[in-house]
Amino acid sequence: MSQKRDRGSLIGDGLAQIGALGLFLLQVLAAIPRSLRYFSETVRQIFFVGAMSLVIIITCGLFIGLVLGLQLYEVLSRFGSTASVGTVVAIALYRELGPVVTALLFAGRAGTSITAEIGLMRATDQLAAMEMMAVDPMAYVVAPRFLAGIIAMPLLACVFNALAIFGSHLVAVSWLGLDNGTFWSNMTGAVDVWTDVMNGVWKSAVFGAIVTLVATFQGYTTAPTSEGVAYATTRTVVYSSILTLAIDFLMTAFLM
Amino acid sequence: MTQRRSHQIGTGLFILLGFAALGYLATQTTSLANYRQGPTYALKARFTNIGQLKLRAPVKVAGVRIGSVTDIQLEPDRLEALVTLAVDKRFDQLPDDSAASVFTSGLLGDQYVALKPGGSPDMFKDGDEIILTQSSVQLEELIGKYLVGSGDTPAKKPEDAKPADAKPANPDPATH
Repeated sequence: MSQKRDRGSLIGDGLAQIGALGLFLLQVLAAIPRSLRYFSETVRQIFFVGAMSLVIIITCGLFIGLVLGLQLYEVLSRFGSTASVGTVVAIALYRELGPVVTALLFAGRAGTSITAEIGLMRATDQLAAMEMMAVDPMAYVVAPRFLAGIIAMPLLACVFNALAIFGSHLVAVSWLGLDNGTFWSNMTGAVDVWTDVMNGVWKSAVFGAIVTLVATFQGYTTAPTSEGVAYATTRTVVYSSILTLAIDFLMTAFLM
Repeated sequence: MTQRRSHQIGTGLFILLGFAALGYLATQTTSLANYRQGPTYALKARFTNIGQLKLRAPVKVAGVRIGSVTDIQLEPDRLEALVTLAVDKRFDQLPDDSAASVFTSGLLGDQYVALKPGGSPDMFKDGDEIILTQSSVQLEELIGKYLVGSGDTPAKKPEDAKPADAKPANPDPATH
């Protein structure tokens, strides 16, 4: 991975990056069976990317719910249909906002630290040292983080959704005076387990894979300098956000 | 070693919390919450038009949910919709001349089956058929009738049932 940038071949650079990312994905997938030996490492990574992200996920979920409740109550009251605040909040959250916002937060909270960690391993030759000791860094470093992302993201998105529902209930019912029974019965009447809740779970698993794939790739292929690690961390956030939103559109179009 | 153990405990707690949230979302905020898994008995009803009635739509008496729609089929010979209702066993005191109607909750809400109790001393049993039925009121049909039918047709349509709660915004007495 030469960091030397030829100004003229930006497109070629982009294509090469996409190709390298695709090959990296294949390498990670191939390394997953071997990484099962290091299962406790995967558990440790779930703790770091999942449990340690809980605080930001809970806080942001609560605020998103509060804002959604306020905005939708205000807008729907113009049409005299405030009864469907709960329904709209739940469907918007489960299908789109929950997975996507969680993925963006996840990229900022967990993706960056994965990139920085692996990038520093690269810069300080720890990855080379592992290879010398016949420990495959793909199986010991990259694959556990990838698996942890796939496992942790859906759970984080569910926590996010639950807190957001709580927040919108707080605003709509406790503050603005919507009837409690109306809020829940409209929601339970219109939300479906498979097409709404599980749809969001599949989506967030894919987003978890995307974010951790980009993060590990950027860390693994970083220029072994402090500047290179800084760039790689920035690119992780930028690329994984763009990829998440683009693939969200594709998944929505195909899974509707 | 103790640090690894605390990581494992933290991960376990995190996974438990995540699945608890998923379980909460799946069971409390979706249509699963409307499932009441008590013993039920089946009633059948034929409608000439069920409108937008869907599976799992509620069955109500006096506005209170007592069961759900479990099956909707078209009878090939009579070309009528055969709807199977599962009614909670606790409500087995329904007279067997009760009437079933397909109503809409609100102007644009979901449709449900409303049962209007009759006066018969005999009660419905499992598998009975509700004879008195009233189909769903199609808003488009009504509009069409008002637009076309008010001026030139002397024959008032007697089969046009009184739209009970489907159109509270329209006080026109022309239908009955």
